[in-house]
Amino acid sequence: MLIPCPFCGPRDLGEFSVLGAARARPVVAVADLDGEAAVAAFAAYVYERENPAGPQAEHWFHGAGCQHWLTVVRDTRTHAILSVTSAGTDEAAQSLEAAQGAAPEAAP
Amino acid sequence: MFSAAALLKNALSGHTGWTPHWRKAAPKPRYDVVIVGGGGHGLATAYYLAKVFGITNVAVLEKGWIGSGNAGRNTTIIRSNYLLPGNIPFYERSMKLWEGLEQDFNFNAMVSQRGVLNLYHSDGQRDAYVRRGNALRLHGVDADLLDRDQVRAMVPMLDFDNARFPIEGGLLQRRGGTARHDAVVWGYARGADRRGVDIVEGCEVTGLRRENGRVVGVETTRGFIGAGTVGLAVAGNTSRLAAMADLRLPIESYVLQAFVSEGIKPLLDTVVTFGAGHFYISQSDKGGLVFGGDLDPFPSYAQRGGLPVAEDVAACAMAVMPMLGRLKILRSWGGIMDMSQDGSPIIDRTPVEGLFLNAGWCYGGFKATPASGWCFAHLLATGELHPDAAALRLDRFSSGRVIDEKGAGATPNLH
Repeated sequence: MLIPCPFCGPRDLGEFSVLGAARARPVVAVADLDGEAAVAAFAAYVYERENPAGPQAEHWFHGAGCQHWLTVVRDTRTHAILSVTSAGTDEAAQSLEAAQGAAPEAAP
Repeated sequence: MFSAAALLKNALSGHTGWTPHWRKAAPKPRYDVVIVGGGGHGLATAYYLAKVFGITNVAVLEKGWIGSGNAGRNTTIIRSNYLLPGNIPFYERSMKLWEGLEQDFNFNAMVSQRGVLNLYHSDGQRDAYVRRGNALRLHGVDADLLDRDQVRAMVPMLDFDNARFPIEGGLLQRRGGTARHDAVVWGYARGADRRGVDIVEGCEVTGLRRENGRVVGVETTRGFIGAGTVGLAVAGNTSRLAAMADLRLPIESYVLQAFVSEGIKPLLDTVVTFGAGHFYISQSDKGGLVFGGDLDPFPSYAQRGGLPVAEDVAACAMAVMPMLGRLKILRSWGGIMDMSQDGSPIIDRTPVEGLFLNAGWCYGGFKATPASGWCFAHLLATGELHPDAAALRLDRFSSGRVIDEKGAGATPNLH
């Protein structure tokens, strides 16, 4: 399996490690960190997953290459890679949004 | 009915007198309990609901044919050598149910208590296994620590003097072993069917209908089916079903591969796990060596694995049992695992009234089949968690009471 790194070009899967689904960390004011809402939000952030059968945005690390964190949008039914962008950039945010918009319909 | 007389009669009449073991039921408009998923866990649940709790107005809905999911995509190992208090009583109940299963449902599930031997390769690992063995014995579960010579007497074909991973000994659960996966499915299906449970194959659930926040039935490819209670036992696809009730669960789906070699004469009469990498192996009654290793690293719903993990499994095989290099791989397969965030399963109610969850089996679902059915049936029938599964709660994640055997944290692919 080749992953098209935006910095290094197509590289073997073995050069990368996967962190899992890309998801937004809850933003909570320091004063509210011990509140019920914050605890629930962080529990959901740490443990709950969409786990879609279809396109999913993920964070991958190119450890044996450029050592960049990447946002990879991948179809979990076919393993097809739909886009790879540098994580944290506007481009990555757009690909993340696009992946969330593409709600999976068909069964695997 | 399997009796000596029936066997003799059919043996003498060319085995033409056998009849199907379960009806091809068409769905009725409504059931007291609808179980989604006709694998081992769903069928075991239906069986114990009918047998132990007398609830027989039950349907098991299966999108394909029964046993066509992970019940047919595993390595058939049974054991109860877990470390943590939340897991040990549950898996030991399963082991005890395995021990009486064939007599209980009068079907040959080929339960073979040939032992499960976990190898250790360093002093530190031996200490960890001593701790595990002591934890097991404190809970009344059998565990024996073997030294190098005792392991060599049991499985002489291993590479004891491997330069990197010399074998120093092993932790043995003699009561562990293997069972025949299809026969487990068929035995439970037959037993449930005979007690009035409808097993509806080719019936995929496409929606969960709710009224006033309560589940009232399921939309399926064979029409709407009303239900007093719905139980999900669809490991691999749990998140997809739960999403129909707007639930997000602490689960991710991953592929686990397994492999079978060409059939050879009897070689390995126990189950061996490699302690320096992820690899386990046993020999089936047909002669093939059955083995597997790590998950593929990324979330997947494709029932096929990638080459990097196949290579890793082969490397582990060569490190522990070099003679395997002379064998051909006959076939391999991939199953979709419900990987939970702490590596332990969930048997609990959900926030949606009337909807119950049996999920998160990671790659330990097969051995859990009897206790999973038993405890899920108890929950569906009484509304109460079974004492042996009381720790397998859905809210253990938000409350911090996770059961993390590996101590890997919220990283499903590392459990």
